[in-house]
Amino acid sequence: MKPRQRSIASALLVTLLGTGVLWQGTDGFRAFTAEGARRVDILRAPRALPAVVLEDQDGRAFRLQDYQNQLLAVDFIYTRCMTICRNMSRAFKQIRDRVPQQMLGRDFSLLSISIDMDRDDVASLNAYASIYGADSTNWRIARVSSKADLKSLLEAFGIVVIPDGLGGFEHNAAIHLLGRAGKLVQISDIDQPIAFADGISAWL
Amino acid sequence: MALRISSARYALLGLGALYLLLAMPATRTWLEATMSTHMLVQIPLLAAIGFIAGRLLPQRCQESLHTAAGGALPYVVLAVFTSSYWMLPRAMDAALSSMLIEMVKFISLPTLVGLPLALAWKRLSSIGRGFVWTNFISMLAVIGWLYIAAPVRVCNNYLVEQQSDTGWLMVILAVLLFACWLGTLFVGGDPALHRQAGDARA
Repeated sequence: MKPRQRSIASALLVTLLGTGVLWQGTDGFRAFTAEGARRVDILRAPRALPAVVLEDQDGRAFRLQDYQNQLLAVDFIYTRCMTICRNMSRAFKQIRDRVPQQMLGRDFSLLSISIDMDRDDVASLNAYASIYGADSTNWRIARVSSKADLKSLLEAFGIVVIPDGLGGFEHNAAIHLLGRAGKLVQISDIDQPIAFADGISAWL
Repeated sequence: MALRISSARYALLGLGALYLLLAMPATRTWLEATMSTHMLVQIPLLAAIGFIAGRLLPQRCQESLHTAAGGALPYVVLAVFTSSYWMLPRAMDAALSSMLIEMVKFISLPTLVGLPLALAWKRLSSIGRGFVWTNFISMLAVIGWLYIAAPVRVCNNYLVEQQSDTGWLMVILAVLLFACWLGTLFVGGDPALHRQAGDARA
């Protein structure tokens, strides 16, 4: 082969291989971030979740598995958070107000889990719940009972929490949907709560 | 001649030492603690090590690698693909959470970005070099802008604030590089241009 032909042939080969690696590395150019990858992965293979014990704003203990046979929307918050958690909770409030009332607490519930074990006690969960009128029969604001449980729960959901250096945290902001079998089946953006609520109504 | 060989040897030793230093756990933790040092110090240094090592390869070795590929083009394409991969936020996150991916990063940046660029650079025409520069500068500016504008973190391991800091640094760097590149085009470089300018003045 002449140098020019060889050059073109090897450039094509590299292009082919390179595109293949990029395709593989981005799930077919769909997921460019770790968050995107998590969402694609969940859609492909719904994830089972650990049976950890949680405690809600009224101090009652429960488990995720108690919600089997209904749909459950889950987000992660901490009560001192002034930014993205507030947006998420506003989105949850909109979802709760949008989904038909007779379905709430029976076919569909909401759950906000605190990532700040050290500071979020039942009293602060309760204060947070009252801001959004979250009633524990259909929207629980909860904490996990031990650090190990919180870790395994965050790992199962694929949530990465990092301290923001100001005493707060940054973490993945999304609405997690658990199906009737109790598995994590879908992760959506928080900026379209109405579409999410309508999706739920259609699903039921 | 003896002097040149030994200076190349010293340079290689220096490069090896720098590489080992970068690979040390303490240095990795330090440079990977913030997004800007990870993206704008560690990754470029790894590629630069490969580039300089490529320059230090014996001439014969460089020639035969060139002949094998048939020219500069495949090497440029290889460097563009590999560097694009490491610009994926997902790849950076993966390197932080998996030792295997971290090793792939440490091996691929010198060997698949720096080295091929060094092999290609000498053979590239000024248009080819211009393409590599403008491609790199525009990629830097666009990604920098995305990082400034993104309302959510793109890397799970870095704060949104760090992300926009990195974005600003990238945009500033892109502007500086562009200015330097323009500078070499119009001010330094081509002696023929200098002569013409001199003639015109006279």
